Amino acid sequence: MKVLVPVKRVIDYNVKVRVKPDQTGVDLANVKMSMNPFCEIAVEEAVRLKEKGVATEIVAVSIGPQQAQETIRTALAMGADRGILIQTDDDLEPLAVAKLLKAVIGEEAPELVLMGKQAIDGDNNATGQMMAALLGWPQATFASKVEVADGKATVTREIDGGLQTLEVALPAIVTADLRLNEPRYASLPNIMKAKKKPIDVKSTSDYGVDVSPRLKVLKVTEPPKRAGGIKVESAEQLVGKLKEAGVL
Amino acid sequence: MAVLVVAEHDNASVKDATNKTITAALALSSDVDVLVAGLGAGAAAASAAGIAGVRKVLHAEGDAFDQGVAEAVEGLVVPLMANYDAVLFAATATGKNAAPRIAAALDVSPISEIQEVVNATTFVRPIYAGNALETIETSDAKKVITVRTTAFAAAGAGGSAAVETVTAGAPSAAVTFKGAEIVKSDRPELAGAKRVVSGGRAMGSADEFHNVIEPLADKLGAAVGASRAAVDAGYAPNDYQVGQTGKVVAPELYVAVGISGAIQHLAGMKDSKVIVAINKDADAPIFAIADYGLVADYKSAVPELMGELAKAGL
Ligand SMILES: Cc1cc2nc3c(=O)[nH]c(=O)nc-3n(C[C@H](O)[C@H](O)[C@H](O)COP(=O)(O)OP(=O)(O)OC[C@H]3O[C@@H](n4cnc5c(N)ncnc54)[C@H](O)[C@@H]3O)c2cc1C
Ligand SMILES: Cc1cc2nc3c(=O)[nH]c(=O)nc-3n(C[C@H](O)[C@H](O)[C@H](O)COP(=O)(O)OP(=O)(O)OC[C@H]3O[C@@H](n4cnc5c(N)ncnc54)[C@H](O)[C@@H]3O)c2cc1C
Repeated sequence: MKVLVPVKRVIDYNVKVRVKPDQTGVDLANVKMSMNPFCEIAVEEAVRLKEKGVATEIVAVSIGPQQAQETIRTALAMGADRGILIQTDDDLEPLAVAKLLKAVIGEEAPELVLMGKQAIDGDNNATGQMMAALLGWPQATFASKVEVADGKATVTREIDGGLQTLEVALPAIVTADLRLNEPRYASLPNIMKAKKKPIDVKSTSDYGVDVSPRLKVLKVTEPPKRAGGIKVESAEQLVGKLKEAGVL
Repeated sequence: MAVLVVAEHDNASVKDATNKTITAALALSSDVDVLVAGLGAGAAAASAAGIAGVRKVLHAEGDAFDQGVAEAVEGLVVPLMANYDAVLFAATATGKNAAPRIAAALDVSPISEIQEVVNATTFVRPIYAGNALETIETSDAKKVITVRTTAFAAAGAGGSAAVETVTAGAPSAAVTFKGAEIVKSDRPELAGAKRVVSGGRAMGSADEFHNVIEPLADKLGAAVGASRAAVDAGYAPNDYQVGQTGKVVAPELYVAVGISGAIQHLAGMKDSKVIVAINKDADAPIFAIADYGLVADYKSAVPELMGELAKAGL
């Protein structure tokens, strides 16, 4: 079974994001970039499926600037077999990303797409669901457990109020939530091996899909700052303050 | 312009998150209809009809709606969109699961987690864990939107809309519902609660979380939340997680016990009205946003707080 894993290069989750003074976006110059944490979880799950003998090949795909190759290399070092980079310097919306990934899926014919539920920059939580609709495939989002057997995936999902289990016929899209697994760190030998694994570099025009934006960012601003308050000395003083504030 | 709100409900009535979504919808247009899809959801449809500002309620029945299956919601909503210019969902797990799917089927870019309606085509939404706000304008003819409910007041009672039955197509054969484990609780729902008490990694065990956080929450009539670290360690269930990738809350009172205040956690609670932090580390980042910080070991501070609350008549 072939598994496709879309991986996104994003600002590292530890970086304090700064809005540009001209309000055109956030400052990405010289900040640390990493693989989106949810994509790491998706790669890990794919590698575990391969280790169990369920998956036979893992293809990591990224859409982004030339440096997104590093993100693909990270996936290859974790255990993916080969990569595809659709190189673009444009900021693509989830709809465009989903259309490009659909085109890749048309060529690669994977039986399972494992991806992150959300990218921590755009925070859209949209791409997987959109791909599923475009392909007419079933989706199982926010997965905390995935079992694949007999042409089906049984997926436990994190929903409001608890957990839900769905069985989806393959091919299907599964998006990873935080509790699915704990991604491994790539070992040095595997990082070296990953350098020799192939990455196919494409451009958006290779796929003949319309990636024109539908949304225009008018401005990006800083949220209102919350002023810090005071330290209280005791539980008694705290309760007094809460009464004064009218919240008890 | 006509707007459709897809309701969340428990069959008896629509959820508070939907009342808030209706408020966002009314900021777009005065022609707001509500879709109530479920199994035995007649009472919920009737309750939606009583919400002020609602023009009409559409009521659909089916197993798959009860289970929130996105494919089924897509099959129901996409044809209805012939009559609407926008469809709004609350940005809950259910809403986020279905909305992008419908957007793709309509070939539009979804607009996620809006916190402000500037005008019928322009919206404000948080990005980068709420560290930046983007104002975006859409050129799509139809809009598919999820709403950050903490940013909108709930639409109240006082409506008397008609309820119309709509029929749904056959459910998708590719998805089978296998079961759900929903935690039954008498506590208020985390997302809409007026008070929230959250525990962090400092709890050290599920028992400690249960013995420290829950009684304090119950004393305050609060919902229980947790940091990711506490959830990952198994001290609290998954859906207690507050933060960028969990639930976003904005209660009147948020009490963080043994939580350091990582940006991903702050993203989910920094819009609370009053924030209290109990942490033994005076330099914990949570104190930078807390209105009232108590530098103390929770092991003594929480029992003391319980005692003081009791003295105050709680
Ligand atoms: C330099 C730069 C600046 C940007 N600035 C903005 C901005 O200011 N405002 C704005 O709205 N958007 C901006 N974008 C685009 C935005 O960050 C997202 O790429 C886009 O909106 C997709 O949404 P998301 O990442 O939130 O997707 P989600 O739906 O949250 O992502 C879910 C999953 O989809 C997959 N996925 C998503 N994108 C890719 C990809 N490119 N390649 C491979 N897999 C992917 C991953 O598996 C990911 O885990 C910018 C992008 C770049 C590169
Ligand atoms: C992709 C991604 C998404 C994430 N999403 C979220 C999210 O949605 N929500 C979230 O919460 N986190 C999220 N995180 C994790 C986040 O970065 C932090 O790791 C997490 O919030 C830390 O939890 P904590 O504050 O409980 O633990 P810690 O950071 O370990 O803090 C424990 C605190 O307890 C205090 N303490 C210890 N003992 C005592 C005592 N006896 N009395 C009083 N205080 C004590 C310590 O001083 C410390 O400040 C995410 C991370 C990533 C990478």
